[in-house]
Amino acid sequence: MGELRLMKGNEAVAEAAIRAGCDGYFGYPITPQSEIMEYLMVEKPHERTGMVVLQAESEVASINMLYGGAGTGKMVMTSSSSPGISLMQEGISYMAGAELPCLIVNVVRGGPGLGTIQPSQADYFQAVKGGGHGDYHMIVLAPASVQEMSDFVKLGFDLAFKYRTPVLILSDGAIGQMMEKVELFDPIPRRTNEEVIRQCPWAATGKPKERDHIIITSLDLDPAGQEKINLKLQAKYRQMKKDEVRFEMIQCEDAEYIFIAFGLSARICQKAMDIARAKNIKVGLFRPVTLFPFPAKAIAEISKKVKGMLVVEMNAGQMIEDVRLSLDSPQKVEHYGRFGGIIPAPDEVVSALEQQIIGG
Amino acid sequence: MEEQFAKLDIRKDENIVYKRTPLLVDRPLSYCPGCGHGTVHRMLMETLEEMDIQDKTIGISPVGCSVLAYDFLNIDMLGAAHGRAPALATAIKRMWPDKFVFTYQGDGDLAAIGTAETIHACNRGENFVIIFINNGIYGMTGGQMAPTTLPGMRSSTSPYGRDEKTMGHPLRMTELVAQLPGTYFVTRQAVHTPNHVRRTKKALRKAFENQKLNVGISFIEVVSNCNSGWKMTPVNSNKWMEDNMFPYYPLGDIKVDGKIVEPKAVTAKAGE
Ligand SMILES: Cc1ncc(C[n+]2csc(CCOP(=O)(O)OP(=O)(O)O)c2C)c(N)n1
Ligand code: SF4
Ligand SMILES: [Mg+2]
Repeated sequence: MGELRLMKGNEAVAEAAIRAGCDGYFGYPITPQSEIMEYLMVEKPHERTGMVVLQAESEVASINMLYGGAGTGKMVMTSSSSPGISLMQEGISYMAGAELPCLIVNVVRGGPGLGTIQPSQADYFQAVKGGGHGDYHMIVLAPASVQEMSDFVKLGFDLAFKYRTPVLILSDGAIGQMMEKVELFDPIPRRTNEEVIRQCPWAATGKPKERDHIIITSLDLDPAGQEKINLKLQAKYRQMKKDEVRFEMIQCEDAEYIFIAFGLSARICQKAMDIARAKNIKVGLFRPVTLFPFPAKAIAEISKKVKGMLVVEMNAGQMIEDVRLSLDSPQKVEHYGRFGGIIPAPDEVVSALEQQIIGG
Repeated sequence: MEEQFAKLDIRKDENIVYKRTPLLVDRPLSYCPGCGHGTVHRMLMETLEEMDIQDKTIGISPVGCSVLAYDFLNIDMLGAAHGRAPALATAIKRMWPDKFVFTYQGDGDLAAIGTAETIHACNRGENFVIIFINNGIYGMTGGQMAPTTLPGMRSSTSPYGRDEKTMGHPLRMTELVAQLPGTYFVTRQAVHTPNHVRRTKKALRKAFENQKLNVGISFIEVVSNCNSGWKMTPVNSNKWMEDNMFPYYPLGDIKVDGKIVEPKAVTAKAGE
């Protein structure tokens, strides 16, 4: 068993980054995720593992520091909250185009605009549909606990390098701020420079005589060449949809109804499930863990076994679009959401189920 | 016939006094004839070759006319987003402290959209080289006004000349970064005459040598022409540059070994 600690979600991300063998963290302060860089600065990872931690001048700079680091094969990450992630979109698009691995953590707060510092899931569209310009996706992981904040850092880096793609952890202000018990994984040593060069033959690490020079870019002025890059990206996304879909089903075996929810909303729905079942309403929970690739097939399957589904989100109805696209026959599916930083209470979720699905 | 033989006779290794460095890829440059970009590329690559550090060097090209620099420079390169090269270089140098790292940027890239990245990399005293090609215009996008465009100078977005009242003043970025404790060597050069080319190359050598000392940013501005954007012949553009650009952007060292040098009265006429 790994080391047990009581930690905030944000602290768990930071500790996991050091333990995962991350080479560099670059970030800019914003609530509710500033504890990530604060924890790293206190921990002095430079002494622990040699990891670089740098407070950048902006989120624009942070993401482009990631582009530079990733382009040389290093394991790099940043974290921010909604407005900062918006600023990073150009850089993320460049990284997707240049096929560079990195980990980005969005501890989402309510918007639009400066919004609020309270938790929200309103950045779902931005996360799963690409966010920046051009036809691309990131792998998007949605943690529902402090444990997963730690675990998904390691998983995120693995997937980022496996597919040479940016990976996003879509968390929220509550998961980032709440304290829970977490079992930390054992530290993995950082790769030596020689290992980086061996593992990332595509990276710009200095040209030895015996090989061609390496160019990291997302530019191909020739449309035929640019289409080829796009086709390659699309093939990669199909592969992810085949191999990387992750989800969790709780009490779905006998369920007549199901909640579909990710992250914090899934936690609320678990409590709502207990309340509903005490009232003899047989409801289960389907929790997408990867939001891209989306568990479309599994949702299509379970939809046929139940009388209705309630998609619960802390936004005005975003994931429900992907749920609807997943269905191959008409099914009853409704949305219940609170927004602007309000977390729905479990009993209001049960009422919504009763009114919109059972009674509706 | 006989004449041709004579030429071939001369083309012997022992007769070669100057040739293309193998660090330049053998392909035509994408620059307009007469443009300064190609000359700076060559001086840069000759410097790396003479120092024998090409295998330890990572370069970063900008968005601008030199966006394709990575196709011509036979070293490992990254193409940055517009203005962000110093952010890339910061991360690379911090995680690969033994490599030589440089950015190559135009005036729109470095002094407009990338101002924050430039100033903060300089202010942190990052340990890489910034090569700044100031041609007073946005060459790549078709000759729009740059932050460095001179007062009264016409461009496609200042068709009646730059009006300082509404369009602001030309930005002397190089003097500005020289004020920051994080810069160690700051100089302004040109490449329109052999003499100036030699000085630029000397500055490049000094800048890359500085990286071995880990002492902060070496910043080399090259005031250059954009004959296409300025709508002049190459020869006229060089003359115009001497008469108009150099008085506003005087050539010479601004900061050496971490100390500001007293400004000299610089005359920068051709053949000086
Ligand atoms: C975010 C963004 N905005 C605008 C552009 C368009 N753009 C490309 S190059 C350029 C200006 C380049 O001028 P400069 O840096 O002076 O380089 P030059 O071509 O003169 O060498 C602009 C505005 C872009 N590529 N990306
Ligand atoms: S447009 Fe100007 S800067 Fe660009 S290649 Fe031509 S002369 Fe050089
Ligand atoms: Mg320019």
